[in-house]
Amino acid sequence: MQIFDYEFVRNAFAAIMLITPLFGLIGTMIVNNKLAFFSDALGHSAITGIALGVILGVSNTTFSMVLFGIVFALLLNWIKYRGKAGAETIISVFASCGLAIGLAVLSSGGNFSKYNALLIGDILSITKGELVGLLCVFLVTVVFWLCCFNQLHFVSINPSLAQSKGISVRLYDNLFVVLLAVIVMLSIRWVGLLIINALLILPAAAARNVARNMRSYHLLSVLFAIVCGVGGLLLSCRTDIATGPMIVLLASAVFFLTLCKKR
Amino acid sequence: MQRIKPKVCGNHCTRIEHLDVTLDDNHILEDISFHLYCGELLTIIGKNGAGKSTLMKALLGEIPYKGKIVFEDMRDGKKSKIKIGYVPQQLIFDKNTPTTVYDFFASCISKKPVWLFKDKKIYQKIKEELSRFQAEDLIEQCMGDLSGGELQRVLLSVATCPMPNLLLLDEPISGIDRSGTMHFYEMLDELKKKYDLSILMISHDLDLVYEYSDRVLLLDKTVEVEGKPEEVYRTEMFRETFGDGWQTFSLRKATGEAEKERGEKNADI
Repeated sequence: MQIFDYEFVRNAFAAIMLITPLFGLIGTMIVNNKLAFFSDALGHSAITGIALGVILGVSNTTFSMVLFGIVFALLLNWIKYRGKAGAETIISVFASCGLAIGLAVLSSGGNFSKYNALLIGDILSITKGELVGLLCVFLVTVVFWLCCFNQLHFVSINPSLAQSKGISVRLYDNLFVVLLAVIVMLSIRWVGLLIINALLILPAAAARNVARNMRSYHLLSVLFAIVCGVGGLLLSCRTDIATGPMIVLLASAVFFLTLCKKR
Repeated sequence: MQRIKPKVCGNHCTRIEHLDVTLDDNHILEDISFHLYCGELLTIIGKNGAGKSTLMKALLGEIPYKGKIVFEDMRDGKKSKIKIGYVPQQLIFDKNTPTTVYDFFASCISKKPVWLFKDKKIYQKIKEELSRFQAEDLIEQCMGDLSGGELQRVLLSVATCPMPNLLLLDEPISGIDRSGTMHFYEMLDELKKKYDLSILMISHDLDLVYEYSDRVLLLDKTVEVEGKPEEVYRTEMFRETFGDGWQTFSLRKATGEAEKERGEKNADI
């Protein structure tokens, strides 16, 4: 294919091949744990992370973004575990407040336009160095999934039961949200703040409609994510539509198709 | 049901000593102390809000508490780490989750990732464990498709693998029909006689509690009464909590049992 003659397309393709299976994999647990709202709040906090970096004068705002994402995720988990009624409202307040602070800082002096890419993502601008970063996150996630999935799965079904079996519920829950925060923060520039949650949720939600067990659930989720990712990239190159929204449109179509076939 | 010769050694004791729970300035449990021996079913009864579930949470280590939970071998006084099995009141999870009984069970007993492959040895082991509660045919079923009774049998299998020293049951039969409830109590009876474990249960089925429990503990923030069912059911505290009806029931039961005993003695003569 001619479009692969361009290096930026090859890089974008490699990024898609790293990000989408990652999202397919981790999305299964987000849907299991009903964390869609949580991951959405996390995505929005990326803006705050960048703003924090700008205020502190950090040259690499990715670092401040990841750090803030981890702290924010642990804070949200802490609120959840306090077990007070209205935790979702508090999370929403935190997320909105953080987003507003971020937007206020970044838009001061009318400079927000340079952060526009953050909203809808720009996968075609990814560099080789950034690809290496994504590859590292990909490998860490796969290892984490190999070592900790059983415990996470058991906790997701019933935390008390898991506790009785000696599984540290808080530890695994915190590890998972930290991983989620790192993945979201490192991929948000390429995917876009507005649609990152859709990409995390849709492949797993579609797989859930037709899967019968954990193996088919993961296989289908990863497969849907890759197919929609690659299909979205190719279509976006041909139609001149941003890649992120195109992937989400395809993933939505897959979701509605599987909904018709729901077991 | 056929009688099973008890295999319990009778030498292990779980001691709950001066357990105290305060949450958000609310003193929920006060100075709870009781013992539980292996081969024994102790049922905790009490009105709503008496602190039964809080006690369960404290025993599971889910909430902070003051006091001690000790598992001890009474022959040499040696204390060891207690192994706890737990069957929750309800398994609140999304019924659409694509997880089979195998996936659920294997997640608990194996480190091999269930999302990647199915391990033959683990599969066989799970099947054997499930067969203890006549649930081996459910291994490939989705958890969300199980009936209340089926789910409780699976949970009981998970809770007893490996066999714990103390099995905690938090109103395990709520939402199950009468025959399912009876069957569940029979399984517990078999379990405590076959294996060296203590069972601590919260229940509202006062007739079945009377029938199957070795001891009953009436809880209302603290231990109000503790003893054999026939003793506890006749106390003033019990009458205040559950009304006159259940005392009449216990008296009828006691009379029935007395008559039965008399009949057996006469037959011997």
